[in-house]
Amino acid sequence: MKGMSLIVKTVTNIVIGFIFIYGLYIILHGHLTPGGGFAGGVIIAGVFVLKLLTFGSKAKDERSASTQASVWESIGGLLFVSVAFLGLLLAGTFFINFLPKGTPLHLLSAGIIPICNIAIAIKVGAGLFAIFLALAAQKYIIED
Amino acid sequence: MAFIPLFIALPLFSAFLIPILGKIYKPLVWLLSTAVAFVLFVLALYGVAVSQEISMVVYKMGNWPPPLGIVMAYDSFSAFMVLVISIIVFACSMFSLRFLSTYTGNWKFYTLLMLMTAGMMGIVITGDLFNMFVFLEIAALSSYALVAFGLKGEQLEASFKYIVMGEIAGLIFLLTIALIYAKTSTLNLADISTALQFAKNTTFFWMTLGMLLFAFSIKAALVPFHSWLLDAYPAAPAPISSLLAGICTKVFGIYTSARIIFNIFGLSRANDPLFFNFLIGLGLLSIIFAGVTAFSQNDYKRLLAYSSISQVGFILLGFGIGNYYGVLGAILFILAHSLAKGLLFLTSGSVVHSAGTTDIKKLSGLGERMSTTAWSFRIGALSVIGMPPLIGFFAKLFIIIGAIKAGFLWIAIAAGVLSLLSLGYLLRIENNVFMKKGKSEAKPAPFTMRVAMVLLVVLIVLVGVGYQTIVDYIAGPAAHALLRGLEYSHMVFNYFSMSF
Repeated sequence: MKGMSLIVKTVTNIVIGFIFIYGLYIILHGHLTPGGGFAGGVIIAGVFVLKLLTFGSKAKDERSASTQASVWESIGGLLFVSVAFLGLLLAGTFFINFLPKGTPLHLLSAGIIPICNIAIAIKVGAGLFAIFLALAAQKYIIED
Repeated sequence: MAFIPLFIALPLFSAFLIPILGKIYKPLVWLLSTAVAFVLFVLALYGVAVSQEISMVVYKMGNWPPPLGIVMAYDSFSAFMVLVISIIVFACSMFSLRFLSTYTGNWKFYTLLMLMTAGMMGIVITGDLFNMFVFLEIAALSSYALVAFGLKGEQLEASFKYIVMGEIAGLIFLLTIALIYAKTSTLNLADISTALQFAKNTTFFWMTLGMLLFAFSIKAALVPFHSWLLDAYPAAPAPISSLLAGICTKVFGIYTSARIIFNIFGLSRANDPLFFNFLIGLGLLSIIFAGVTAFSQNDYKRLLAYSSISQVGFILLGFGIGNYYGVLGAILFILAHSLAKGLLFLTSGSVVHSAGTTDIKKLSGLGERMSTTAWSFRIGALSVIGMPPLIGFFAKLFIIIGAIKAGFLWIAIAAGVLSLLSLGYLLRIENNVFMKKGKSEAKPAPFTMRVAMVLLVVLIVLVGVGYQTIVDYIAGPAAHALLRGLEYSHMVFNYFSMSF
C-alpha cells in the first residue's frame, strides 16, 4: 500500500495519539458512560487503519501484522471466556459477577464488567484490523 | 448443574485457543478439537443421565433470574440433541486430520469447527429467543466460511449462495424477534409462550409463526427453499458436508421449529389439525421432489445432498403426524439421519481423498480397493433405506405406527413406498462406484478416517439393535418433552421454587 502526502502524514502524527487515548477512555469508562468495549475497540482499530493508510506498508509487514492481529483477537476471546469460567470456579455460577461491585459511578466499580469490556475491546480491535488487512492488503494473505 | 454452560464454553474456549496453538505446534490443534469433542460427548451422556431424574434443568447465566436474565433451559429434547451433535462433531474432527492434509491453513478449519459446535450447542440448550438467534448466526457464519474452505471458484460460489439464502432466513428471524418483543415485551422463551396464549389465533400469532417457519425452512432446506444446499454440500470439504447434512440443518431448522411449534406456540394435533396437515404436506413435498430428482444426479455428493433433503421431509412428516409415535419417530429419525448421512458423507470424503473425483460415472472398482469405505457406505445406505436391525428402520417404523394411530393410513403406505426411492438412488452409487469392476489406483483410506467411519457404523448397528433402550432413556423422554407443550413455560418458572 502506498503512503499519502506529507500534509496527511503530519496531521496523522498529531491526532493519532489523541484518537488512541480517546479509544482507551471509551473502553475504560464503558460501565459508566455510553460506549464500551465494542465502540472503543473500533476506535483503536481505526488508529491502526489510519496509520497503515497514511504511511503505507510492505507486503511483509502486512503479513506479520495480520498474524499479530489474529493472535490478539484470540487472546481477547480467551480473556472473555476465562472471566466467565472464573465465575464458575470462584462463585459457582457461569458468568457471575464475582468481584466486589464498588461505588457506583467510580472508575473501579461494577465488578467484572470493566474486564469484560477490555477483553471485548481487544477482540473487536484486533478483529476489525484483521478484516481491514484481509480486504486491503497488497497480497492476498494465506497463512499455512 | 454446572455442566450446562460447559457445552457452549468448552468449544468456544478451544476455538479461541486454536489460533494460538496453531502458531506453536500444529498437530496439537487436531488433538485439542478431537479431545474437546470427546469431552462434550461424555458430558452429553452425563446430561442424559441427569435428564432422567430432572426433566427440566434451568441454568441462570450470571445468576440473573428469568425473565430478566438469560437462562439455559435443558430438557430431554436438548439432552438428545446435544448427544447427537457431540457424536457427529467427534467423528468429523477425527476424520479431518488426514482429509485436510491437502488444504492450506488447515488449523483454521478447527477454529471454525469449534465455533460451529458452540453455536449448535447454544441453539439447543438456550431458553431465550434472541440468544437462539445469536447462536444460530455464530453457527451459520462459521458454516459459510467452512463451505468456502477450499477457496476454489465453485466453493466460493456455493458459499455465496448459502450466505444470501442463510441471511435472508436470519434477518426474517430477527424481524420476527423484533415483532414478538414489541408485542410481548420479553425474549425469554417460557415468558413468550405464556404471553402468546393471550394472543392465540390472532393474525399476529399466525403471522409470527409463519415467518419463523419460513426462516427455519430455509435453514433446514425444505423443498421450495433447498437450492443453497445443493451447491453447498458438494462444495464443502467432506467432514463439513457430513456435519452440515448430519446435524446442522436439523439443529438450525428442525430443532428450532419443533421447539417453537410445540413448546412456545403450544400447537397440538388435537387443536390445530390444519397446521399439522400443512407440515405433513411440506414433508411429503420434500420427500417426493428431492427423492425423484436424486435419480438424475451423477455426482456422489450432490446425490447425497438430494437424499438429505428427502430425509428431512420424513422428519417433518413425523412432527406433522403429531402424536407420540409420530414425534418419537421423527426424533429417532434425527438420530438415524445424523449417523447414517454423516457416515455417507464421510465415505464420500474418503473416496475424494483416494480417487480425486466425485463423479460416479468416472469412479469404478473402489469396492475392492477401499473395502472399509465400501462397507461403511453399505451399512449407512441400508440404514437410510430402512433395513430392520439398523436404526433407520425403527425410525421409519415409529413414523408409520404414528400415522396409522392418527388415522392416516395413506401416509403410512406412502412413507413405506417412498422409502423405496432412497433404495433406488443409493443403489446408483453402490453400482457405479463400489460394485462395478474397473481398474483403480485408489489407495485405502488412512487410519484415522477409517476409525471415524467405523465408529459411526458401530453406532448405527448398536443403536439399531438396542433401539428399545434408546427409546426408553433418550428418544422417548425427548418426545415427551416436546409433547408436553405449554407446560414447558411452567416448568421453567417452577424450577426455582422446587428444592433439590
